[in-house]
Amino acid sequence: MDWSELAQQTIAGLANGGVYATLALALVLIHRATGVINFAQGEMGMFATYIAWSLIFTHGLTYWLAFFLTLLIAFLGGVGIYGVVIRPLQRGGQLTVVVATIALLVLLDGLAGWIWSPEVRAFTSPFPNDLVIVGGVVVSWQDLGTIGVSLACVALVLAFFRLTRMGLHMRAAALRPGTSRLLGIHVDLMLATGWGLAAALAAVAGMMAAPILPLEPSFMLTVLVYAFAAAVLGGIDSPVGAVVGSYALGVGISLLSTYVDFITDAPELELPVALGVLLLVLVVRPAGLFGRPVTRRV
Amino acid sequence: MQRPSSRSLAQAAPLVVAVAVFALLPRLVDEASLPRLVEVGIFFIAIIGLNILTGYSGQISLGHGAFMGIGAYTTAVLATRYDVPDAWTIPVAGALAGLVGFLFGFPALRLHGVYLALATFGLAVAFVSLVQSTKLEGLTGGGGGLQVGLPQTPYYLTWGIALGAFLLGWLLLRGKLGRALRAIRDAPVAAVSSGINLAAYKTLAFGLAAAYAGVAGSLLALLIGFVNPYSFPVSLSITLLVGTALGGFGSLSGSIFGALFVVYAPLYAEDISKEAPAVMYGLILLGLLFLLPGGATQLGPRLASLLSLLKVRTKRLYSRPS
Repeated sequence: MDWSELAQQTIAGLANGGVYATLALALVLIHRATGVINFAQGEMGMFATYIAWSLIFTHGLTYWLAFFLTLLIAFLGGVGIYGVVIRPLQRGGQLTVVVATIALLVLLDGLAGWIWSPEVRAFTSPFPNDLVIVGGVVVSWQDLGTIGVSLACVALVLAFFRLTRMGLHMRAAALRPGTSRLLGIHVDLMLATGWGLAAALAAVAGMMAAPILPLEPSFMLTVLVYAFAAAVLGGIDSPVGAVVGSYALGVGISLLSTYVDFITDAPELELPVALGVLLLVLVVRPAGLFGRPVTRRV
Repeated sequence: MQRPSSRSLAQAAPLVVAVAVFALLPRLVDEASLPRLVEVGIFFIAIIGLNILTGYSGQISLGHGAFMGIGAYTTAVLATRYDVPDAWTIPVAGALAGLVGFLFGFPALRLHGVYLALATFGLAVAFVSLVQSTKLEGLTGGGGGLQVGLPQTPYYLTWGIALGAFLLGWLLLRGKLGRALRAIRDAPVAAVSSGINLAAYKTLAFGLAAAYAGVAGSLLALLIGFVNPYSFPVSLSITLLVGTALGGFGSLSGSIFGALFVVYAPLYAEDISKEAPAVMYGLILLGLLFLLPGGATQLGPRLASLLSLLKVRTKRLYSRPS
């Protein structure tokens, strides 16, 4: 076995895993806050990426200025979606909210195609398009940058929840809304912030994925599938699990498609095989790798 | 033998009216819109199936389109390679899809909520990839698919099967099976302690739902005259879930509204706005969710409460001393 190829594929896998990790973390945030899988999460990131594209190419902003401005816009958009769509529908039950997120997916997809046209756009990357050789392993700056940005985001979000007072309030509001309200926490505001944060994370995922995948209205759908899979693999309520699951999935797929002849022959089988492996893991550990099985009282 | 009570007769009245309407519809509408109505019947069957699974037994499925695909491919393979008459392929399609669904029910037993959603979603993704895979090209025709024959409009066949499917579902769910499934959905632990065989009923619900979808898929193959991987995309499964939600989870008769929505809403959306039909579709869907968060079954009570509200208002208006 060629070790430098192995290392190269691992790093490429980690870069993909980083994109999945940011989106998977967004899914976990929403699931903790609202108890549903947000099917529109990927499209929220896609829409934000188009906004960033407009800011850079139409309004001539520099990349990083556009990046942070987009995060702000995405945050506000997430808060808006929670307030206008999700909160009023919650009394209809969880499945109603799930269907609402599906409606949002279709809506955002159509809106992006309408505003920016469905054709493929080129998106810039903030990282140089060069290769660098580290200890005999050829690595692209693009991959390194993606890994760095995703790690920074994940660390920031986890630190925010663990270390700040507001993070504690948000965790409390998601876990025990009734008790939190009694203790004087503004539960709605906390849940809205959760949706905002998730939207910002999705925007990061979109902007990291866009230079690799071409930018078009449905480009985040496959990323969403992998992020969903990774979040479930890690245990849907565990942020750390989602991140570990994402990196594992990214590296796993990268290695599978390089070393398993069966899949190298037929790349269309990559996703089914990955999902099949995942199903096996779930049958053994039904609550994911890091999830705690819920004990029920009769 | 028990005499039918007036209550059950009153319940049967809407069904009789519906049957009469659908029996006469082909005479009332023009030829061109018949395929749409067949499509409504097909989705009606599939949504009843998904309702048995999600609405009654509480197991979510994001992969029901795959069972439709299995049914459709069964019909296509039997009709093209073995010269089986079209109508005979339908029960085989239902049985095969039902068997796959039943078997899939076993790993699904260990999963709940989002975990099950992912597993079934994986099924939908895997189906598309498998049928277009070069490794199975000999059977499925790969990306090109299979030509079943000329497109047909099996209106009476479809709606006859739909009526049978509805009655079968109603009969099954009003009795022991329905009670057991609802108990499993609402209080699994209590259900098990009352002696309900959880595994048997849950896998049975999966098998039954898949069989319904298989029959629907088989009819779809006859309607469009061909099958290919793109006829059964992942979005089909999601469409079915949307239809079930709009009809109302746990309401068999509501399924007809879900079926009407998934067939006609995209067409109306395109009528309203040529540039952005998806935006319109999303807005219509959101609007319906806001109006009827529990599905079409809420329409009656909603209207009733609206009427009583109006009555109270007008009463107040008139009783005000002038």
